[in-house]
Amino acid sequence: MFRWERSIPLRGSAAALCNNLSVLQLPARNLTYFGVVHGPSAQLLSAAPEGVPLAQRQLHAKEGAGVSPPLITQVHWCVLPFRVLLVLTSHRGIQMYESNGYTMVYWHALDSGDASPGTWSGRVLVFDIPAKGPNIVLSEELAGHQMPITDIATEPAQGQLWQGIIAAGYGNGQVHLYEATTGNLHVQINAHARAICALDLASEVGKLLSAGEDTFVHIWKLSRNPESGYIEVEHCHGECVADTQLCGARFCDSSGNSFAVTGYDLAEIRRFSSV
Amino acid sequence: MSVRTLPLLFLNLGGEMLYILDQRLRAQNIPGDKARKVLNDIISTMFNRKFMEELFKPQELYSKKALRTVYERLAHASIMKLNQASMDKLYDLMTMAFKYQVLLCPRPKDVLLVTFNHLDTIKGFIRDSPTILQQVDETLRQLTEIYGGLSAGEFQLIRQTLLIFFQDLHIRVSMFLKDKVQNNNGRFVLPVSGPVPWGTEVPGLIRMFNNKGEEVKRIEFKHGGNYVPAPKEGSFELYGDRVLKLGTNIVNQPVETHVSGSSKNLASWTQESIAPNPLAKEELNFLARLMGGMEIKKPSGPEPGFRLNLFTTDEEEEQAALTRPEELSYEVINIQATQDQQRSEELARIMGEFEITEQPRLSTSKGDDLLAMMDEL
Repeated sequence: MFRWERSIPLRGSAAALCNNLSVLQLPARNLTYFGVVHGPSAQLLSAAPEGVPLAQRQLHAKEGAGVSPPLITQVHWCVLPFRVLLVLTSHRGIQMYESNGYTMVYWHALDSGDASPGTWSGRVLVFDIPAKGPNIVLSEELAGHQMPITDIATEPAQGQLWQGIIAAGYGNGQVHLYEATTGNLHVQINAHARAICALDLASEVGKLLSAGEDTFVHIWKLSRNPESGYIEVEHCHGECVADTQLCGARFCDSSGNSFAVTGYDLAEIRRFSSV
Repeated sequence: MSVRTLPLLFLNLGGEMLYILDQRLRAQNIPGDKARKVLNDIISTMFNRKFMEELFKPQELYSKKALRTVYERLAHASIMKLNQASMDKLYDLMTMAFKYQVLLCPRPKDVLLVTFNHLDTIKGFIRDSPTILQQVDETLRQLTEIYGGLSAGEFQLIRQTLLIFFQDLHIRVSMFLKDKVQNNNGRFVLPVSGPVPWGTEVPGLIRMFNNKGEEVKRIEFKHGGNYVPAPKEGSFELYGDRVLKLGTNIVNQPVETHVSGSSKNLASWTQESIAPNPLAKEELNFLARLMGGMEIKKPSGPEPGFRLNLFTTDEEEEQAALTRPEELSYEVINIQATQDQQRSEELARIMGEFEITEQPRLSTSKGDDLLAMMDEL
């Protein structure tokens, strides 16, 4: 069972994008950072454990050439072995900042027609990130995917890959679980009645969070059948955020005891924690 | 964001505008032949080939303010006139109606069905005018050609682009409040029951497979909603049963809007309030292009114009003008084209002249020159 905790107010409502909520937990400093895209700006805020908001700032996409202020498509904290970078993507380019959003360390301009690191044309951009400083280099472009990509991932991969299980959320509301080694589909969940906008994983316990445009959030427990070794899943909990088309959802701790969601037109981050 | 969004946005908003105008013309007892003339003139201007050509070019969406200028021009394409307050109310109603339809579309692709619903009804308004009917049919054909082949992902992008356009708009509309599709805080009700979109399964089932793809286990779970399977898919042909009701004409009564308290006192992060000058320049160009394509017929004969009021009385209209909240002011971009046809022709001609001129002028850019010229007009 989860209960609705104190919401964190936002200066601007969340935009209707996929994965429109990034969370960075800093347990050592008893802080959690949240990042939400409003449109031409992204809001970063830090909060104490009970959700008391502490600091807030706004980042804008760099202008570049073009008609109107560029819209941000995603904001994401990338946790790498030696540092954490905040990545902001827009149609004009990719900006990388130190994790608190104060110093921009890198800007990569995209040609018009592309969108984010996973671009609409299916190109994946791979960057070499040094342990410190701004010497970030675009190391290669992979023309891998045929389909549009809508997320940023870091290696070791976060979120959607756990113990050899890949989780994918689809526009028709289904969640699929694949065996990473074989690529076989092992579980198909009719999870939502509308498109899924976000998936997140609590890696410590193998819990998966799915949020859909149907106003629902669901939590699933991933496991493997002790005899066959096949992937299995059970439904743990469902929560309805009334009249809100969700656009982002993240666990706020790695044991999956709390999560936060954002919704289109909603000017706050809704938080839930288990009782 | 999608560069194919403008035609859908424009046609659907235009459709809603016609529904509302039609209702007001009847409510104000405007004689049938005059009312028909107004609708015919507006529809004919909207579906003019040159205008449609400009509309369908791949381009980004412009601001709500810029688009309002186009509709104001359109609404004045005939012998009917609207005061600012009525035009504001009309635009409020149009935008909230289409926002509702976009939000409630089961599949992103269904926004195309909503567009077809609007066009089907528009064809009803001009039943007796074969030339205009042909123009509308031509647009229908263009829509099926361009959008018929788009993928689900591209429609999702179009949907997101539309929602960004409508973000933070929470004007309360009496018709929606009464029908309980809108809450008192201006948010639309998103039902968790009813048919799922075509192509989606009813939530509640987990299926597990072995290495050979054979189902080995299935479990049901309680998902919290009350959904049923989709009955059938709407038709994307030129003629057909669209199945979806969104976008059909439901305006059969006077509609009120409540704008006070519609936007919280958030520090305005929206583009419009920041309104830097470079943006105005680009929007000016967009308007010139679009309205340059509008062929407004000069009034033929001694047809007296009339004023349409979106409110029940003149006093109400005046009151609305005085009390409209600052953040909802649609301060029209300062361009003369909205006032009369001559100006918009002039503007379009000026733009045309600019394309041809090789001589660089002393000032820095085309846009600056255009603005300077506008000031001289």
